[in-house]
Amino acid sequence: MEDLVVIGNGMAGIACLEQILKHSPKFRVTVFGEETHVNYNRILLSSVLAGERTADEITLNPLEWYQSNGITLRLGVRIVDIDPAARLAIGDDGSVTHYDKLLIATGSRAFLPPISGLNKENVFTFRNLDDTRDILAAARPGAKAVVIGGGLLGLEAARGLQVQGCEVTVVHLLETLMNMQLDMTGGEYLQQKMEQLGVRVLTSRVTQRLLGEDKVEGIEFANGELLEADLVVIAAGIRPNADLGRKAGVTVNRGIVVNDYMETSDPRVFAVGECVEHRGQVYGLVAPLLEQGKVLAATITGNKGPTFEGWKPAAKLKIMGVDVFSAGEVVETEGAHAVRYEDPAIGVYKKLIIRDNRLTGVVLVGDAADSGRYMEWLRTNADLLVRRRNLLFPEPAADQGQSIADMPDGETVCGCMGVTKGQIIAAIHERGVNTMAQLKECTRASTGCGSCSGTCEALLKAVAPGFEEETKKLLCKCVPFTQESLREIIRSQRLRSVQQVLQIYGNGIGCEVCKPALSYLVDVIWCGDHEEDRSARFINDRVHANIQKDGTFSVVPRMRGGVTSPAELRRIADVAEKYNVRMVKITGSQRIDLLGVRKSDLPKIWADLGMPSGQAYTKGVRMVKTCVGTEFCRFGVQDAIRTGIELERRLENLYTPHKTKMAVTGCPRNCSEATVKDIGLVGQEGSWQVVVGGAAGKRVRKADLLITVESTEEALEAAMIFFQYYRENANYLERTYDFVERVGIEKVRKETVYAPAAQKKALLARLQKSKTLSRDAWLEREAPVHPTQFVQIEPLEATIQ
Amino acid sequence: MKWIRVTAAEQIPLREGRSVQIDGTEIAIFNLGDRFLAVDNACPHRGGPLCDGIVSGATVACPLHGYKICLESGNMLSPDLGVRVDTYPVRVEDGVVLVQIEPAKDRAA
Repeated sequence: MEDLVVIGNGMAGIACLEQILKHSPKFRVTVFGEETHVNYNRILLSSVLAGERTADEITLNPLEWYQSNGITLRLGVRIVDIDPAARLAIGDDGSVTHYDKLLIATGSRAFLPPISGLNKENVFTFRNLDDTRDILAAARPGAKAVVIGGGLLGLEAARGLQVQGCEVTVVHLLETLMNMQLDMTGGEYLQQKMEQLGVRVLTSRVTQRLLGEDKVEGIEFANGELLEADLVVIAAGIRPNADLGRKAGVTVNRGIVVNDYMETSDPRVFAVGECVEHRGQVYGLVAPLLEQGKVLAATITGNKGPTFEGWKPAAKLKIMGVDVFSAGEVVETEGAHAVRYEDPAIGVYKKLIIRDNRLTGVVLVGDAADSGRYMEWLRTNADLLVRRRNLLFPEPAADQGQSIADMPDGETVCGCMGVTKGQIIAAIHERGVNTMAQLKECTRASTGCGSCSGTCEALLKAVAPGFEEETKKLLCKCVPFTQESLREIIRSQRLRSVQQVLQIYGNGIGCEVCKPALSYLVDVIWCGDHEEDRSARFINDRVHANIQKDGTFSVVPRMRGGVTSPAELRRIADVAEKYNVRMVKITGSQRIDLLGVRKSDLPKIWADLGMPSGQAYTKGVRMVKTCVGTEFCRFGVQDAIRTGIELERRLENLYTPHKTKMAVTGCPRNCSEATVKDIGLVGQEGSWQVVVGGAAGKRVRKADLLITVESTEEALEAAMIFFQYYRENANYLERTYDFVERVGIEKVRKETVYAPAAQKKALLARLQKSKTLSRDAWLEREAPVHPTQFVQIEPLEATIQ
Repeated sequence: MKWIRVTAAEQIPLREGRSVQIDGTEIAIFNLGDRFLAVDNACPHRGGPLCDGIVSGATVACPLHGYKICLESGNMLSPDLGVRVDTYPVRVEDGVVLVQIEPAKDRAA
């Protein structure tokens, strides 16, 4: 057995090692990693920074993988010298390791521009997990963060910091962002997108020095401008770690020089990844590095034949909602034509560079959905003559299956992991892959940035016999995501207003369907600490009354538990007369409805009533209906009235996905019909049944039992936990009875009343926060959100002369 | 046709509408951010108050049944019933919204 020493425990080295192990097990392998972590997906560091994934979730090869392949893993050891004559690798821990074959995969390091003061505290590079953890530790909400460098990594770092609550400024040396991968127009579109996200961008700035004593406090530009900074991230590019190549005595230019077989100038020494220079090119993206690894594996195992022939540079920005893709040439030179598409209003810019009917470059900003097709044209050098009239538009395909069928087997589906369509098909046929999870495990496809998951699913759907499609209902064509994804987006991207969601993830406009839904989502996710935008609400929620067929409104004051008093009834009667209310009606919810009220009378009526809003106009807490319970009833066994009033008090004024009707009944005779309510409390001798998901409307459904508890307080708490769970997990306009059926009562129980204590506490805490920030909507009679909220405008010039 | 000074621009919130009576005609004026548009304040379907609708781009959805009206042309967009509401030219001068409207006596004639 030969000794193979791998220096570098990163993506390129380990992916190459995986390929080597596939070829032959003839090596005794030792892997040295300077970092103390097992191999992880470096591409996803920005998503760790953004809090979308944990460090564990980006692990590619767990310890068991090294063990089961008989690999000796030495973490936290840096190889500092190589003795090529004796074939020894010397570690900074004093270890000396013999090799027959040496694989250098030391990657690259952050380039540090000539700026004075880089050694101050809170100045970071962003290359590895430790950097990421250090940055996270320093990134407090409200901190002023400056990212030096407006390239891929810098922008991803900026977005991550912003999601952590920092005020972020990106400082870029040149005129436009990502100038290596985008032309100037593309860079400007990108800048606009970043600014919409709330990241400040300063271009054409040379950073001269960092200010502050021990800790960084600011930066000074060459033009004398100053900028405050609590933390600084340097993301000004990378440099290959090629020193060990020199020590190994092989040829090194910018990187360790390799030929098409991935051989260095020493037949025992190999190199792969970002530390390598091939035909004058150094690569910093994962796909070509994986390709290098495959070729190297063949060569090193005695199967020399495959060659690495270079790779067209390609880059994809991984910021949710900011689609940027670039490949090949970026700026058209002589003899080339640029085909462009631009829509400044929605921030879409596409440019293809065509030379002799062949694609030589592509820039996509704002919509990178077609990047796979263009990559394929680039890779195959496809003749585009017959497509010249619709280069920027997909050829009409009968359905998605058709366009998937048209995709050549060699086309890369997953650019991060270098998985082709052919490999996915093979996995489906030969290894019985039927689900996305199996596909990920089997091929690694879609485990990188995840942007190919749609194509992967389409392939599974088309080819896998046992594939079951997850039914996904998009909220609206204006913002084409499921409500589940939108909740995730709003939370992880810290979006607090409807307009922000629409600007970044939608068409910028929205409609009467998605705007109220988004209004609900931002409210519930931020527990009321959002930017309320009344223009996105239905009229009922702008004026807190229910619009009627003639444009008048109905007024239903809150009467908790359906209990009122002579004084309230007198005021209601007086109001009805004073404002010529057309009808006074008892509702099915034990409330009194005043119908036919003019909008301009609403604030006056509320003031005269002196009662809170009954929310009878909104998707919110409508009422708790009660029977008289032990207070008066001969058969009552529980205090329905007091309990119902308390339940209403604890939940009132909150929005819910759809209207929420509740009832409390003092005995199983169920006079208040609690078993056909969204939430019902059914009193029994010595206990309460808490039931959920009942309906007596368009559908009639008997509620499911959530839990039986002994005390009233426990019953109220169970109702509150379910209530908040429904608020957070149901789709907008989904009643509890549809929600409970969709999720299943068993799961609902497990995630609410039978959830771990911490989870229940968290639900109650979020409910409490919402409650604290909510108030009786009718108080707007004294402080309207806008001077003309309730009034018709009086023209300055009343009549025409 | 005469330009009528109606109201200070800030009286109409962004992406909302407000109604105003001018010489017996009820008009809904909308603030689209970059401009103001005005139409009759009655949906051709059942007369719903368009000023209370949700505004998206240059479209308003009637609050009663969600019928959509184009604020530029006055045409009902969906359902496409081939009906329309009247539109009125609007301009903003020194922060005041002006609407151009035909005097009632001419309309009657």
